[in-house]
Amino acid sequence: MADRRVVITGIGLACPLGIGAQGVWDALLEGRRAVRRIEAFDPSTFDSQVGGEIEPFKVANYVPKSYRKSTKVMARDIEIAVVAAYEAAKDAGLRTKCLIERGEAEAPAVPEPARFGANIGAGLICADLKELSGALYTAADPETREFSMRKWGSEGMTNLTPLWLLKFLPNMLACHVTIVHDAQAASNTITCGDASGHLAIGEAQRTIQRAAAEVCICGGAESKTNPMGLMRQSLLKRLATNCNDKPQEACKPFDVCRSGTVIAEGGGLLILEDLDHARGREAKVYAELAGFGASSNPNQWDDPKAIGRAVQLSIQRALADAGVGTGEVDLVVAFAPGTTHHDQGEAMGIAAALGDRSKQVPVVAIKGAMGLAGAGAGAIETAVAAMAIRTGQIPATVNCNEPDPQCPINVNRRAEQRDVKVAVTVGYALGGGQYGALVLKKFAG
Amino acid sequence: MRRRVVITGMGWVTPLGWDLETVWQGLLSGACAIRPTELFDAGTFPTTFSAQVKDFDLRSFLGGDYDRHCCASRNSGFGLAAAKMAWTHAGLANCADLDKTRTGVYLGCGEGPIDFDNFVVTATGAWSPEQNDLDTQKWAQLAYQRLAPTHEMEQDPNMASGRIAALFGLEGPCFNTLTACAASTQAIGEATCQIRRGDADVMLSGGAHTMIHPLGVTGFNRLTALSMRNDSPETASRPFDRTRDGFVLGEGAGLVVLEELEHAKRRGAKILAEVAGYGSTADAFRITDIHEDGRGGIAAMRGALFDAGLTPKDVDYVNAHGTGTQENDKIETLAIRQVFKEEKPGVPVSSIKSMLGHLIAAAGAVELITCVLAIRDGAMPPTINYSQPDPNCDLDYVPNECRRLPVKVALSNSFGFGGQNNTIIVREFGK
Repeated sequence: MADRRVVITGIGLACPLGIGAQGVWDALLEGRRAVRRIEAFDPSTFDSQVGGEIEPFKVANYVPKSYRKSTKVMARDIEIAVVAAYEAAKDAGLRTKCLIERGEAEAPAVPEPARFGANIGAGLICADLKELSGALYTAADPETREFSMRKWGSEGMTNLTPLWLLKFLPNMLACHVTIVHDAQAASNTITCGDASGHLAIGEAQRTIQRAAAEVCICGGAESKTNPMGLMRQSLLKRLATNCNDKPQEACKPFDVCRSGTVIAEGGGLLILEDLDHARGREAKVYAELAGFGASSNPNQWDDPKAIGRAVQLSIQRALADAGVGTGEVDLVVAFAPGTTHHDQGEAMGIAAALGDRSKQVPVVAIKGAMGLAGAGAGAIETAVAAMAIRTGQIPATVNCNEPDPQCPINVNRRAEQRDVKVAVTVGYALGGGQYGALVLKKFAG
Repeated sequence: MRRRVVITGMGWVTPLGWDLETVWQGLLSGACAIRPTELFDAGTFPTTFSAQVKDFDLRSFLGGDYDRHCCASRNSGFGLAAAKMAWTHAGLANCADLDKTRTGVYLGCGEGPIDFDNFVVTATGAWSPEQNDLDTQKWAQLAYQRLAPTHEMEQDPNMASGRIAALFGLEGPCFNTLTACAASTQAIGEATCQIRRGDADVMLSGGAHTMIHPLGVTGFNRLTALSMRNDSPETASRPFDRTRDGFVLGEGAGLVVLEELEHAKRRGAKILAEVAGYGSTADAFRITDIHEDGRGGIAAMRGALFDAGLTPKDVDYVNAHGTGTQENDKIETLAIRQVFKEEKPGVPVSSIKSMLGHLIAAAGAVELITCVLAIRDGAMPPTINYSQPDPNCDLDYVPNECRRLPVKVALSNSFGFGGQNNTIIVREFGK
């Protein structure tokens, strides 16, 4: 029995380049760069002081009135997912509970809630340091600052709000989104670090293929632009530390001078839909999600050869799943965080997967413009692949001024018109060894 | 016809120990692992007890492979140990021609515990009572001195699945889900789907978790989700009993080897049971409450039955989510009754959380292994500490004593905080 076909019918983005798919796409084509000195907190004693931050927004504007109270228990990661979900549902022309209650769509709900699933990737949500530290301090000696567990247990902990834990459970992205939009079918929370977005979208495709849902909202969101998020990446030596005075140039995918990535916040949610369901409601189609492949790197997580092999395996699996040959690939949207080892390994893997076409196929990396949004990254890159297919345009890889000869691929450095029939995108966890790739095809009916 | 998926190996690390048969006999005899908490000083916490894994030494499980995993968190360590046992149990350690590019990992693992002692020094040290704010400059300086990169990375929930892939050199799909208390059931369900579809032939699946640490207990105590029966830890976990007052935190891991049937037959593997069906739903109701009609749980059970091609009357045993909170047990009862009322109103239902506590993300995998053993031995573990019936909980909960009856089909429920629900059905392997 042939698989059911799955198409992308909606895109919702909330990232440093803007909120809403069209605005982000325009910014990418213009080559705008959103990385700046961090404004959310004082970064002056961190070794990296730059990041990609989302412009201020009010999450209450993206939920029905009846749900505004619940926005108080949303960590930033959850807020981003809720914003992206609204944008995606609206862009797809769905009639979800949220849009109906806001008076932006007519009842009855489309899709049917029992056939509407969710697969939303999440990171390790960082505790709100101000909130937690203030509470912990109440159990510390004011002079020595020594913490007393006994005091914490008996009274200190009551300084945390009763629902404190619920702000930070990774599955709360999916829980809030499914409540707001009334999505009652299969619901999952992939937590594979930076690979979460690609893996969540791939699994959502499988969910629709096996008819466990007609429509899935999928992707991921994360915010690392907080002191704990920045500190973790800094301790792991993943960040560029030599561009604090020129933030826009800090993240340089595939460039010979790259020295690390940049933290960011952001997310993307896509509406995946069974083709017949999409036809039934005459939905616009960005692209067909034709293939998915996942792999693991069981060797050293920062060894370029090992990274390359896992990238190659996941791309080859996704191409085979889509029934597409390397000769048909028109575009690769890379993950390329801007770290020395990952970019090189990924380029080697892309080149190995493309074989003799590796010198022709343009490769685009977008993190130079916004940094690495962890679990939110993959969905943004998948959206870029879909927009390229739909518009016939591909953005430039900003900040790649001198392509690294150790990266044997054709880095696309100028925005240009190009008919893209097949696009590949790949993503992976910087630590942990999880890899995923997706193949998108122009929808030909 | 779709590819069939069977279970060929199992391993667990539980508060009752880690030897498969010893723990199983403990569960059948109604042994309880709940004691005063020793992992940290919980003496003044609202809840002072938990179900802890005792005397765990990762080195004794990994031998020569220990060095690469010496920094594994307690979470990942439980996962690695259970994976090693499941791998050996399945005979894969001696399977020279296993295609490791077709072998993957899908876990439902929790986040690693925070480095509390060091973190708290940074937090209290950088707090400015005058400003009523955190001095971020100072915090970063303290954090660079006190926090270790390895310990920070180990908090990422994908570490255990990555480490397990590394331990066995696996290059197939590698996933982790964290749908709270439903995670490892969901992992096994999704891993089954991957094998059915042909994305892999063998998957190591299950989960690991510990939240028995200061902030974990704080979080659940603030939610008033935990039992506070501090004067009687061993009888504190009392699912479905009228006097239940919350769940008890446990910790550990459960891992199974899932394998495509023909693959298992070709290598002469011993087949323990077949994964028959999987259902996943969302309540889409409230983050703090279960839908009062149990609609998400009902839909998950019905989805799994449909996927398995079975009807309620085929089910011999239900392993409940059965946490021991007022709300879960009442609504799960309602949901089970709704699904089974016409065809099998008397289906036996039990909760091993009465003995092991709640292993959170790892709970579902340990409970599924229990279902497989129930099928193998024709024995259902009891719900212990059951003495006072609740008019809202009127099913047969296999109270206090195990029951010896043939089990051909077992159904296991896991419901996550926030409303993600998963059900898996396993059945006796027939030709």
